[in-house]
Amino acid sequence: MKYLLLILFLALSWQPAANAELTIEITEGVEGALPIAVVPFRWQGKTQTTPREDVSAIIQADLHRSGRFKTLPRNDMLAKPASGDEVEFKDWRVLGVENLVVGQIQPNGSKGFIIRFQLFDVFRGEQLTGYSIPTTAGSLRTTAHHIADLIYEQLIGVPGAFATRVAYITSKTEGGNTQVDLRIADADGYSPETIVSSDVPLMSPAWSPDGRKIAYASSEKGSWGIYIQEVYTGRRQKVTAFKGINSAPAWSPDGRKLAMTLSKDGNPDIFVFNMTTRKLRPITRHYAIDTEPSWSPDGRHLVFTSDRGGKPQIYRVPSFGGKAERVTFQNAYNARASYSPDGKLLTLVTREDGRYRIAVLDLASGVMQVLSRGDLDESPSFAPNGSMIIYATKAGRRSVLAAVSVDGRVRQKLALQEGDVREPVWSPLQKN
Amino acid sequence: MFTILTRWVPITLCLLIFAGCSSSPTKEGEQEGAEVTEQSTGSSGTYEGTEGAGATTSAASEAGSWSGDPLDDPYSLLATRILYFDFDQSSIGMDNREIIRAHAEYLASNPHVSVRLEGHADERGTREYNLGLGERRANAVRSLLMAEGVADNQIIVISYGEERPASMMNNEESWALNRRVELVY
Repeated sequence: MKYLLLILFLALSWQPAANAELTIEITEGVEGALPIAVVPFRWQGKTQTTPREDVSAIIQADLHRSGRFKTLPRNDMLAKPASGDEVEFKDWRVLGVENLVVGQIQPNGSKGFIIRFQLFDVFRGEQLTGYSIPTTAGSLRTTAHHIADLIYEQLIGVPGAFATRVAYITSKTEGGNTQVDLRIADADGYSPETIVSSDVPLMSPAWSPDGRKIAYASSEKGSWGIYIQEVYTGRRQKVTAFKGINSAPAWSPDGRKLAMTLSKDGNPDIFVFNMTTRKLRPITRHYAIDTEPSWSPDGRHLVFTSDRGGKPQIYRVPSFGGKAERVTFQNAYNARASYSPDGKLLTLVTREDGRYRIAVLDLASGVMQVLSRGDLDESPSFAPNGSMIIYATKAGRRSVLAAVSVDGRVRQKLALQEGDVREPVWSPLQKN
Repeated sequence: MFTILTRWVPITLCLLIFAGCSSSPTKEGEQEGAEVTEQSTGSSGTYEGTEGAGATTSAASEAGSWSGDPLDDPYSLLATRILYFDFDQSSIGMDNREIIRAHAEYLASNPHVSVRLEGHADERGTREYNLGLGERRANAVRSLLMAEGVADNQIIVISYGEERPASMMNNEESWALNRRVELVY
């Protein structure tokens, strides 16, 4: 019965909250960003069936938001070509545009569309890439993000991360009651959906490598447990319910194991739970606090936070267990490390002059660079293409999200209209 | 899911009635402590329910001795149900030891009673580390209770880390109020 109620509860809380979108503003961009024009895509069907989303506007906003591009406002365009044979390159050279995106949208059956686009190098007068992509009304935004990814990859040389999502926790206190939600939104802040709604603390969401599940810790019924929830069905299962802390879940790169923090033996230690064999392997055994495990991309190591040396620092241990070695030496407080997708960097929280900030540590050189500028910054998470780090910061008394490029040159703020938003985690790249 | 709120009621009541009696969390934080906790958990419904008990309280105390459950005695050390900690510390000061001893005595002589120790941390530092820190604080209280003769099965420990702040401000006073262990009967 209780289980049934829970399902019902989850089903009810599934409704997207339309007024809770994240708004994103770029606070600093790269100097010398690449000038690009994204011409409005021409609709080639009947007027009354015009697509509800402005695909080229979404692409333009994505490119702009990355901080790597300077996008030409539509009003400044001298012409609105929709295909290569309509393009007069000199029109665009005059405006200093280096790259040009044109496209058209055709109806495809009763509910479908075909989007064609071409990307040109304006100075050489050459097409760099071009695709024809079938899509549906409900997937227009996603397709637009995919096109932005293709353009980004062509021009920047690394895959884009626009067609991804961000999971985060929100909380709102009203009349003495606090509501804590786990939400998922597109990486541009649109289409937020609440996937868990709770009146007790909920924390540490973690995406499965295929992006179809999220693990998190919840203190329902007065004790902590780790849950795994299917993102697209809402179905969930409780994975652990030991005495004490059950938290900080982290998926292995192959998605078969879950590293976690359990305090069942008296204090927090790192364990790896094999979801196929249902076996639990202890990784650390120390009277200190060991927590916040995170896998190396090759799955061979875990980094974790431990105060075994007196203050929290980052340690690394083979993922099947063994001797832990200390990784961080600069600053008295370093915690919540996670690897960049290429495994070369760690992002973590460090304390400098009493301020908690987001930093990246280059594992080869040992050089640490502080990227954020707040006093209480936390929960850094790499974009799946390694370009940006999203994290939580304070704006006044409220908690908001921010993102910074790994080189510290591009900064964004992501804010909800009301309440706190924290613990952002970037989804893996969507494969299709 | 909804049982948690009701478990908070005893603390709320205690604070609503005996706000002045709670031991001072910091040099200057006492007033704020009572106020903020009241806001975060109190509601008019529960407050009304306690007014009757309040009348009983004054009558009994005039008589000079307490005849009800010692847990309800506003002048007992047992009325203090929140213990405060220093930044990043789980060590227990002398003031708190006396309070813990009183609770231990009560629990040892009432073996059917159990207590829930809820450990908390301030918002500085990472959430998972703070979850560990809250548990370490609660366990420090647990060890002292057990050293004074309380049985293991009378004590439940849970950490909420920084997830359930008593005060929502981002300053030293507020942080001092949030670094705490709450004893919930």
